[in-house]
Amino acid sequence: MESLGTTGLVLNEKLLFEHSDPGRQGYTLPALDVEEATLPAGLTRDEVGGMPELSEVDVVRHFTRLSTWNYGVDSGFYPLGSCTMKYNPKVNEVAARLPGFAATHPHTPAALCQGALELMYELQQALAEISGFPALSLQPAAGAQGEFAGMLVIRAWHESRGEKRHRVLIPDTAHGTNPASAALCGYEVSPVASGADGRLSAAAVAEQMSEDVAALMVTNPNTLGLFESDIAEICRIVHAKGGLVYCDGANLNALLGMARPGDMGIDVMHFNLHKTFATPHGGGGPGAGPVGVCAKLAPFLPAPVVDKKAEGFVLKDPDHSVGRVKAFHGHFGVLVKAYAYIRSMGADGLQRVAHMAVLNANYVRARLQEVYHLPYRGRSLHEVVFSDKNLEGGCHTLDLAKRLIDYGYHPPTIYFPLVVKGAIMIEPTETESLETLDEFCEAMLAIAREARENPALLTAAPGRTRIGRLDETTAARRPKLKWEKSD
Amino acid sequence: MSHPYIPHTDEDVRQMLSTVGVPTVDALFEEIPGEVRLRRSLELPAPLAESDLLRDMKRLAGKNATVESHVSFLGGGAYNHFLPAVVDYLVSRSEFTTAYTPYQPEISQGTLQAIFEFQTMICQLTGMDVANASMYDGASACAEAVLMAMRATRRRRVLMCQSLHPHYRETVRTYCQCLDVDLVEVPWDETGKTSSQALHDLLDGETAALVTGYPNFFGVIEDVAGLAGAAHAVGARLVVAVQEPVALGLLKSPGELGADLVVGEGQSFGIPLSFGGPSLGFFACRQQDLRSMPGRLVGETVDAQGRRGYVLTLSTREQHIRREKATSNICSNQGLCALTATIWLALLGKKGIRELACHNLSKAAYARRQLAALPGFSLPFTGPVFNEFVVKVPGKTQSLLDRLAGQDILGGIALAPWYEGMDDCLLVCVTEQNSRAQIDALVAALAGGA
Repeated sequence: MESLGTTGLVLNEKLLFEHSDPGRQGYTLPALDVEEATLPAGLTRDEVGGMPELSEVDVVRHFTRLSTWNYGVDSGFYPLGSCTMKYNPKVNEVAARLPGFAATHPHTPAALCQGALELMYELQQALAEISGFPALSLQPAAGAQGEFAGMLVIRAWHESRGEKRHRVLIPDTAHGTNPASAALCGYEVSPVASGADGRLSAAAVAEQMSEDVAALMVTNPNTLGLFESDIAEICRIVHAKGGLVYCDGANLNALLGMARPGDMGIDVMHFNLHKTFATPHGGGGPGAGPVGVCAKLAPFLPAPVVDKKAEGFVLKDPDHSVGRVKAFHGHFGVLVKAYAYIRSMGADGLQRVAHMAVLNANYVRARLQEVYHLPYRGRSLHEVVFSDKNLEGGCHTLDLAKRLIDYGYHPPTIYFPLVVKGAIMIEPTETESLETLDEFCEAMLAIAREARENPALLTAAPGRTRIGRLDETTAARRPKLKWEKSD
Repeated sequence: MSHPYIPHTDEDVRQMLSTVGVPTVDALFEEIPGEVRLRRSLELPAPLAESDLLRDMKRLAGKNATVESHVSFLGGGAYNHFLPAVVDYLVSRSEFTTAYTPYQPEISQGTLQAIFEFQTMICQLTGMDVANASMYDGASACAEAVLMAMRATRRRRVLMCQSLHPHYRETVRTYCQCLDVDLVEVPWDETGKTSSQALHDLLDGETAALVTGYPNFFGVIEDVAGLAGAAHAVGARLVVAVQEPVALGLLKSPGELGADLVVGEGQSFGIPLSFGGPSLGFFACRQQDLRSMPGRLVGETVDAQGRRGYVLTLSTREQHIRREKATSNICSNQGLCALTATIWLALLGKKGIRELACHNLSKAAYARRQLAALPGFSLPFTGPVFNEFVVKVPGKTQSLLDRLAGQDILGGIALAPWYEGMDDCLLVCVTEQNSRAQIDALVAALAGGA
């Protein structure tokens, strides 16, 4: 097997605490130019027990070595479905680090931070145009928090009309955060089964819809990569009974310049700026999860929003705001990167994103569907879901995923959505070339052959990494969640 | 139509369409019904080349006052600390920045080990048993702690000290608005600490949690041991929220003083101010509460050959398994910000964090003395402070702050918008970044008349 990125030095590295040597230091402080102050003795500690003492070079080498154990988008293809791991443009990093952005304090008076507020205002305007939602708040810190904020808006709107509704309908293909966010808003969750074609049918929604339902939470395109074709009719059914429709914006990448959730009748949507607008995921975060709403819900948006007045840009709390979901004004550093991305793409560039993301997914599908089982055959948008049904030799999705690592790829999303047994969800994104897709497809096909001929190659994988499959059961049964000094 | 971020050539597209078996790219979108298709171009500004983009971003950035262009005494939950070059240098490595959540541990050990180290150092600083892999920020971590205390105690009454950061209190209110929670605020006394008399009157057997800042929003160091004693006497959890964690380099750990849950904001640990975000929430608890803790956790384990490695663990509490019964809807952490804090803490280490805290304390003490000596100025609170403090000024604060801004000094935060009856109070923060000369300049500017 000759493949990408699978040979090289493997550097071992201890924990920081195991490097520590009393007397080393990795920092400098200027001489104290005022008298040293002390606190009453009862308030202070002697030292922070256990913290390491390291020189600068110790720290640099430690984290450089750790970095070599990580796989990122800059390392190679990262087709993690529903997570939209596209290339992150580097100029955006430069922009976010400009001192005018990075060194501005959040309590700076509005008159002295007009550039930051203008950027936020322009980003609100651009996202409104892209999504079809006239009003937005940039405050939520991540998609799941945007979702929570959006559901709070829905609840506040119902209550402003004197209505107490108790249920939220959520399709069985939804992201796990959807039911959790609805529950956090005090709602009971009723699952709606998707049809045999993997889509939500208007009839299924009509059957469950009642005047006790506050909202339907839908993802469109859904997590099977399929467009919810009945969406307009579904929105009409929900609205007819006084409910609202929430859209999980995780898959917006597929729709840029092609269709707008606000035009479909959807009332509220969160954006995952880190997905659709190419800001780095950072090994888990930071993301940003702005929430957009239709006009009648604007007064309930989370605080603050940016408004343009004669005297300049101002932060304001909407009249009936559900409140703030974090301190300050959102993940501004992430907003800078998303804004820079939109400015570098323009309208045609964003539409090109949707076009090429969808073409890439369909190309991978076409190349693999003879070998891998495709449970839903509707036209794929930007991601395609296979299952492990045709995988031979007693191998499962997890084995395939681990074997892909040996071939130099980050595995796709596995075992999601839950409606597909042994799911393998591939989202190539628009930033991958035909060559990359071909190499990946060849690896997928080679692994299917290996499963048939020598399944141990899969079940023992990965074999070309610094460590092998880790014992997750013991990790959960006897949790060791921090380093402790052993005698 | 080509763009640097999208590699497809026209020939690639032709070849791919032929493999897929459709005539045009547009045909791939045929399942989007006509009634919801966008039939026009998006109305967005024309795309910018990289050079023009940077010019425009510099134009916007240039309109903002910064801690470099101005002499800044702003704190209030975000702090101007020095950022050693090593921190951004390491955190910019794209193996860290462009990775996702470590779902595949074999190729995410860098992120996972760093989080394990982060969890360890948060435990060391807070004196707690367990810390998670981080939360969005201090305010939302505080709200999650309140929800967790209610889960753990099965009670519905929550007391928040009024001296807790206003954004933290607002965020708790937002998170609790749909749940049946009785939220009560506890006033402070002349020390600037929570009034023990008022607390005594408000705490009862229905109380799930008491939430306090340490130091609080006024910079005053609360009597955490006393608050813990009072909370525990009625079976409530004490939640300690740390908005300026550099203080933990010097102050007794909340764990040692009896806190049950310790949350806070990690921005001070090497994260740029960045107009307030992204930053870093930290979250720590005692062993007894581990399984009702929100957020992700990294645990140590071994592979088949006994080699040490790290994995995400105890995820059965989380939304991707328990869905509507999940502990919270959190599905990520602030990975890169937690890494930043870990690198920063590793550089500072045991001695550095204490020395830095000492510098902050000393500079603020100097400034506080100088300001209190100005005619017409006074200190409304008698309690001990760390690196920020409230000062009462002659007249209204706004005109005074405007005058300072005219001299390129960001002199502090007016408390009037946050607290009634504090129209003449400023919150002034002094860190190691403020030289004695800067402090003297502030004092001179204020002495110039309000």
